[in-house]
Amino acid sequence: MRITRLAATLGALTMALAVAACGGDDEGTGSGSSAKGIEGKAASGKLVIGVKADQPGLGLQTGSTYAGFDIEIGKIIAKGLGVPDSGIEWKTTVSSNREPYIQQGQVDLVVATYTINDERKKVVNFAGPYYKAGQDLLVPTASTITGPEALAGKRVCSVSGSTPAKRIQTDYKDAKLQQFDSYSKCVTALAGGQVDAVTTDDIILAGYAAQDQYAGKFKVVGKPFSEEPYGIGLKKDDSAGCNKINDILKAAATDGSYKKAWDDTLGKSGTPAPELDTAALSNCS
Amino acid sequence: MDVFSDPLNRDVYITGFLWILKLTVAGGAGALVLGVLLAAMRVSPVPVLRGFGTAWVNIFRNTPLTLIIFFCYFGLFSTLGLSLADDIDLNNFWLGVIGVAVYTAAFVCEAIRSGINTVPPGQAEAARAIGMTFLQTLTIVILPQAGRAVIAPLGSILIALCKNTTIVGTIGLMESSSAMKQLINENGDNVIPIFLVFAGTFAIVLIPTGYAFGWLANRLAVKR
Repeated sequence: MRITRLAATLGALTMALAVAACGGDDEGTGSGSSAKGIEGKAASGKLVIGVKADQPGLGLQTGSTYAGFDIEIGKIIAKGLGVPDSGIEWKTTVSSNREPYIQQGQVDLVVATYTINDERKKVVNFAGPYYKAGQDLLVPTASTITGPEALAGKRVCSVSGSTPAKRIQTDYKDAKLQQFDSYSKCVTALAGGQVDAVTTDDIILAGYAAQDQYAGKFKVVGKPFSEEPYGIGLKKDDSAGCNKINDILKAAATDGSYKKAWDDTLGKSGTPAPELDTAALSNCS
Repeated sequence: MDVFSDPLNRDVYITGFLWILKLTVAGGAGALVLGVLLAAMRVSPVPVLRGFGTAWVNIFRNTPLTLIIFFCYFGLFSTLGLSLADDIDLNNFWLGVIGVAVYTAAFVCEAIRSGINTVPPGQAEAARAIGMTFLQTLTIVILPQAGRAVIAPLGSILIALCKNTTIVGTIGLMESSSAMKQLINENGDNVIPIFLVFAGTFAIVLIPTGYAFGWLANRLAVKR
């Protein structure tokens, strides 16, 4: 009996310690990478970059490889910081875990359709914007919907809890909002006719419209009704790193690598590369 | 905590948990009725019914709830055209109730069946000896005793069901987990407080529920 009890106590202790050790581990990596900022981390030849995994044209994971415009931007920045492509570890992030990942140091950078706004600026430093997106509508080619005003009584789909969904709820109350947890479900519902339109940033919609299985079926309306400047998120206290990334972006705009990143990914659908507004790179705190 | 002082945010939070409450009540009622029926089938003398009950339990108990809910939308609604309400939210709600109920019914059925095993065989034999039919034996003698024996496990199933209802968010109902996502998306500076409030609400509601079922189980247990 005494032995059993002793064994049980020891077992419980071991488990508690194991749990504590897991917690401690996260802390460790966090403080380690924050000490010297992004440039210090890059000097070790490795970078962890958080990207989206489910957005064609921007950040799409196929097997273990990632491809898209955000990925190319990530590579440009890594190169500017002196890290080779082989030294980049891509990590999938979703909208709701981007801030925690940066704060805890699980990723060094986030390039994941990350809109710069004031709430996020309180906890994260933003380099960029490297692209200015706007909320738009994706509709079937034959649709008569010409803009957000025409949505009254129509079923429009977006991702639950996202900024575009919220904007439909507050600014276009006559539209019926269907929410899913991913845009791919919205696009499936659009293809099946359960919804009349899908709404989010135009650049994301363009990526879906350009997918092979939907070629010719959908069109982007082309009347953006919001401004979503995409930034690159990094630690709040890393001003030097933030400015450094802005310099890298400026250089990329002039030496053509920014245009090449576009042409290799989203530009494939025929959309010409946007101009990178170097004067707007002023969000670093 | 200033996130929740904004009435708009509080609305999102309250609506989220109201949906959870409605899903739990409707899904729980559906699962209980279905589960009892399935348990009756599984102990019935008719082989077809027994087979049906066994198949139901094995299929739904071993399929991830996410898939079942997903099928309710893209299978029942999209493909088969089963529309349960004109309002998008209500339609999604009822589709979610169907999914949660058929899934949980499998667990309820097994709990009740284990309860039936606690009733001494002499009870059924005595009932048959005085000329009761199978249905009479089951509904008058066996099930009342079986039900009282499995109140605690049914409570656990109800608690699991309550938490499982957050999965209905995948087909677009703004229940608590979708509501939490929305608040986190809008308030990136307050991720941890928001998470704690949502997790805490579940704990505050469900811990007393667990104790209540424990108390009920003691009170109603058949003393043998």
